[in-house]
Amino acid sequence: MAAERGTAAEALVGQVVLPGDLLLLPAHYDEDAEGERLRLSAGTAPQGRLLCGPGLRRSGAGLLVTKCGLLRHRPGGGGAYWVDSQQKRYVPVKGDHVIGIVTAKAGDVFRLDVGGSEPASLSYLAFEGATKRNRPNVQVGDLIYGQFVVANKDMEPEMVCIDSSGRSSGMGIIGQDGFLFKVSLGLIRKLLAPKCEIIQELSQLYPFELVLGMNGRIWVKAKTVQQTLIIVNILEACEYMTAEQRKQALAKLSGN
Amino acid sequence: SVCPGDTSVLAGLYGPAEAKISKELPDRAALEVLLRPKVGLPGVLERSREQLLRQTCEAVLLGVLHPRTAISLVLQVLSDAGSLLSCCLNAACMALLDAGLPLAALFCGVTCALQPDGTILLDPTARQEQEARAILTFAIASSNRKVLMATTKGSCSVEEMQQCLAAAQCAASTIFQFYRDSVRRRYSKC
Repeated sequence: MAAERGTAAEALVGQVVLPGDLLLLPAHYDEDAEGERLRLSAGTAPQGRLLCGPGLRRSGAGLLVTKCGLLRHRPGGGGAYWVDSQQKRYVPVKGDHVIGIVTAKAGDVFRLDVGGSEPASLSYLAFEGATKRNRPNVQVGDLIYGQFVVANKDMEPEMVCIDSSGRSSGMGIIGQDGFLFKVSLGLIRKLLAPKCEIIQELSQLYPFELVLGMNGRIWVKAKTVQQTLIIVNILEACEYMTAEQRKQALAKLSGN
Repeated sequence: SVCPGDTSVLAGLYGPAEAKISKELPDRAALEVLLRPKVGLPGVLERSREQLLRQTCEAVLLGVLHPRTAISLVLQVLSDAGSLLSCCLNAACMALLDAGLPLAALFCGVTCALQPDGTILLDPTARQEQEARAILTFAIASSNRKVLMATTKGSCSVEEMQQCLAAAQCAASTIFQFYRDSVRRRYSKC
């Protein structure tokens, strides 16, 4: 079955792709052009495994794009392709660190709103140093920073506030005061990139505490309420400002 | 919001969100379309259009990736100057694209009016629609230009319908190019 509009994946890296576009993979991943031949011998394995990231689905001869956005490629370790798309709605993914709001306590389990389609569950034993007698002090309305251990489309998502070795490593109940607000998921990914300029420039302005949740939620706390609100406004506006506009805005603020 | 000429429709998409137990489907997302006319309450015509839109959207949406969720698409008619259904189809597709829901393909809506003398007019105005012998609306998918939905008001022969379909498929390419340009403009700021 010939792909009607298949274009080579490498040609479109860094460009906008739309759902329905078919990407053809380079030859050494797909040896037989006419069909997939089963390899019974362990002879020549393909060079590494190609990772098909968010926004792409495997279909027959190549990858079908399912979301609109920019196509990205990482060459290391077999290669990975994914689509960088902007969206506001969060879909839980295993391993993501998110900020959840406690909505209910049901027996031994807390129900957290993480912005997805279902509330996530968090067991009271999933905190560092928690035992049946030593319960964590969590009230309805508290903010929790944790990660998903179970997050697939068929089951209710489950969160924990400890990592695999039993330490909290920064997760747990987020303290009092501070300000929680929501931004788009693309901005969070930009802020979480190593050596993010926005965070470095902001840290030269005022000292502040920042928690970024992959579900689009950011919690900020600075010394005074006014400083907190200024940081919130800058972070919200960062999505639409270019780098020069941001530097100008920060220069104006630090001059005051 | 999409406005070809003077027809204008505003589309809002919410989801995947929590579905009511009575409405949730165990293996796919439950899509709900609400079409609100400019004046008055929604009537039977809006209901039938909602069903057409819902079936078209479900054909391209990969609902199996979000089982037991609800996706709501709300369309508000801001002004109607002909070709309303195809405008709603285009707005629905752009809303799905903008929200980042997984789609297997894109679709677009094209309206053809068949004049009494046999000429085909694409995207007719309200006046041209009234004078026409038949009005055909097609929803065309971006993969292989397949027809997802076809609805006819009036009577026409099979050959005329085939001709209208061919004209609509050509027009669809222009609309898909418009989608591509809009998305490119949006991502140029990143």
